[in-house]
Amino acid sequence: MKVIILGAGQVGGSVAESLVSEQNDITVVDIEPARLRALQDRLDLRTVAGSASHPSVLMEAGIDDADLLIAVTQSDETNLVACKLAARMFNVPRRIARIRATDFLDDPKVLGPDGFDVDLSICPEQVLTDYIVKLVEFPEALQVLDFAGGQVSLVAVRAYQGGPMVGRPVKEIRGHIPNIDTRIVAIFRRDGAVLPDGDTVIEVGDEVFCLAASDNIRQVMKELRRMDQPVQRVMIAGGGNIGLRLARALEADYSVRLIEHNKRRCDVLAAKLNRALVLNGDATDEELLGQENIAEMDLFVAVTNDDENNIMSSLLAKKMGARRVVALINRRSYVDLLQSGQIDIAISPAQATIGKLLAHVRRGDVVAVHSLRRGAAEALEAVVHGDRESCRVTGRRVEEIELPAGATIGAVVRGGEVLMAHHDTRIEAEDHVIVFVTDKKTLPRVEKLFQVGARFL
Amino acid sequence: MRLPAVLHMLSLVLVLFGGSMLVPLVFSWGYADGAHAVYAKAMGVTLLAGAALWAATRRAGRELQVRDGFLLVALVWTVLPAFATLPLLLLLRELSFTDAFFEAVSGLTASGATVLSGLDRLPPSLNIWRGFMIWLGGMGVIVLAVAILPLLGVGGSQLFKAETPTPMKDNKLTPRIAETAKGLWLIYFGLTVACALAYRWAGMNWLDAVVHGFTTMGLGGFSTHDQSYAYWNSPRIEAVAIVFMLLAAINFATHFLAWHRRSLRAYRVDPEAKVFVGVVVVSALGIAAFLVWKGVYPDYGTALRYAAFNVVSIATTTGYANTDFNLWPIFAPLWMLFLSSFASCSGSTGSGMKMIRALILYRQVFRELLRIIHPRVYRPVKLAGQPVENNVVFAVLAYVFVYVSCIVIFTLLLALSGADVVTAFSAAVASLNNTGPGLAQVGPASTYAVLNDFQTWVCSFAMLLGRLELFTLLVVLTPAFWRK
Repeated sequence: MKVIILGAGQVGGSVAESLVSEQNDITVVDIEPARLRALQDRLDLRTVAGSASHPSVLMEAGIDDADLLIAVTQSDETNLVACKLAARMFNVPRRIARIRATDFLDDPKVLGPDGFDVDLSICPEQVLTDYIVKLVEFPEALQVLDFAGGQVSLVAVRAYQGGPMVGRPVKEIRGHIPNIDTRIVAIFRRDGAVLPDGDTVIEVGDEVFCLAASDNIRQVMKELRRMDQPVQRVMIAGGGNIGLRLARALEADYSVRLIEHNKRRCDVLAAKLNRALVLNGDATDEELLGQENIAEMDLFVAVTNDDENNIMSSLLAKKMGARRVVALINRRSYVDLLQSGQIDIAISPAQATIGKLLAHVRRGDVVAVHSLRRGAAEALEAVVHGDRESCRVTGRRVEEIELPAGATIGAVVRGGEVLMAHHDTRIEAEDHVIVFVTDKKTLPRVEKLFQVGARFL
Repeated sequence: MRLPAVLHMLSLVLVLFGGSMLVPLVFSWGYADGAHAVYAKAMGVTLLAGAALWAATRRAGRELQVRDGFLLVALVWTVLPAFATLPLLLLLRELSFTDAFFEAVSGLTASGATVLSGLDRLPPSLNIWRGFMIWLGGMGVIVLAVAILPLLGVGGSQLFKAETPTPMKDNKLTPRIAETAKGLWLIYFGLTVACALAYRWAGMNWLDAVVHGFTTMGLGGFSTHDQSYAYWNSPRIEAVAIVFMLLAAINFATHFLAWHRRSLRAYRVDPEAKVFVGVVVVSALGIAAFLVWKGVYPDYGTALRYAAFNVVSIATTTGYANTDFNLWPIFAPLWMLFLSSFASCSGSTGSGMKMIRALILYRQVFRELLRIIHPRVYRPVKLAGQPVENNVVFAVLAYVFVYVSCIVIFTLLLALSGADVVTAFSAAVASLNNTGPGLAQVGPASTYAVLNDFQTWVCSFAMLLGRLELFTLLVVLTPAFWRK
């Protein structure tokens, strides 16, 4: 597939990175040659320097025969113009744009065929905000992902001493919570994946991924660790795009304090927030943290645009008594360094945000793709079509489906009903199937399974 | 400063004002009360004075600056009452100029304080004239001028700024000032017609309905009867009055938006309207309970009827009464007087320091408290979700300081000249708020005729000061204003 990516920033870079490995022809366009060079050195792709909304630049990038345009520059306007040009002048079949301003999203006409002709709009800041809000709602979880419109959740929990299931084999979970249907789909132990079967024993320190109906998540987590007090007080370091969105999302239900060092930005933040307290100062300033009772905070979230700052301030907050700290960290090497150490959760923005985008790139009718474990594993939601003859999934029992090693079918959502997949569950057309893939290399084979054969078409 | 240009504009306003005396003249003819010659004379004098001033200043430039606007407003509000006294002086021979001027100021500032008694026996046309002055004053003779003078080819934007010195005055509703003024006046006019018709339906005769339509929308409490609303003793009439008083005390810009967009959303967004209605409703319910508790009325229904009417009347700075609330335990009338100083919304025909300033002040207090707990906090004062700039907050603080100082000074002046403390205080507050009746000697059952000449002038000045929102008048009195 020929893909053109506009913008070689953080989002553009990580999209390019994840698509390169899936055998696509990728061209990246950016106005900054230095950024392109850095990307080209690392990945096998072509780059074009120039303004991403100029037709001549798009031509040079080979937009004539592109299959997909991903416009993720810093500017909403550039992205919109590029999508419109791609649709009208170059007949690019699919166009994805990064749109930050919600104003463009209020009326569907703006992005519709008569407007800017955008197939899918994504806002990485919003995705990250949703991610962190989930962590506030479920303070015990490392990550919470929604499938099938929020009916099914995949939750990652670290097993701690004291959880009733810890030290027990997986199959016993049925006996512990008999009226709740859940499935442990994967266990990560010391950086390696363990594919659990009924006899796998859960150890202290394991990262356990469970699928369950969204209403039941809390009970499932209770089996693996002691439950914490619900979060009441949140402190956010950094009032950038994410900090502001996060504060807005949380301020109604939690007591929120937002630290920002730029005074002008503080004015903007204070104007946009109603209940959250906007504090001017440095998040690594011990005195300020002390003054604002850091020891009483249930959650400290560092979301400045500087990795080192986020790391230092969250380490400091943890030392000063914050119950739980979350840091946004772009560099992958830092993430692996810090996760499960002093910092409770390290979030990699790139990995958290590209899932929605990737879903659109994939073959088959894939509704959602989520990256887990910083990209080592993926969970995808696919819709099953066709019949027994045209598709290799439809009408078969789970045990009959030839899944590659490392992939498991976790759950099936059928018309509003959530079924946990067992070996004898039969998949029907129009089911939403949630598949968990621990080895990314096998992903194309999984996708192919869900494609409907030529005969059906 | 271009004094000739200001005087030239004043002459036009004067001519218009002279023309407005046609209203009582026509009514006088219609009622054949024998007073039409008086209005003809008064009108002739006013028109002549206006024409003479016009002729003397016709060579002056037409362009006004903001500064000139302040002077013009101050002049209009002092000169027009002088001419408005003419019908009063010519008809009521025993009335002194001091009292006549007080009555005219009270009318044109939409206060409703009166020195006249025996209202029922006055010629009907004079009651029309008193009501009509309130109506004219209600939304400002100037706004009318803004709607009409631009047709004469004179820019009016400067005037508008001077006339409405509320914190949000720069929120224009339509791109052109003349359009805005016209829209506001149409609503004002429409509501007045509706109000008069509602009064007629509720049982007033046509004369009373028209006069009370004028004075209700202008929120000035002139009545055609000495007993005010107690004359009818009709809950239906009182209910009509309550509804229209509340409407008139809400920002006309909000009415305009609601009408313009055909949606009630404007009232929900308006930060003042909901607090205003809330405060008034809670006060009425509370005072009714208080009156039952104190044994003034035997049952809650009766208490609520009297409490609701008088609370709304005083809180909106109207000044009608359907009973002598001066006889209630002092807490109730004091609370009502307190409400009158801040309840009505900016951009309405009510007066006092306005709900918008009260809201800003209230939020500023909480901001200071928060800053003590969190020294590094950034928290703007917000209205309707929008931050209010700090210089506006400072202006409001200064305004409130001046406002309180004025009350103290006027109270002291009235006490100095012999009034008892309740009379002095309530007269000062009621005059500055353009409410009308005060307490004790100037209570609803009495009139301001009990004051001596000095006190009457003090109250006249207080009413002017209050109507022009302090600063508009005070700035003209500063030496810096007159420096070239």
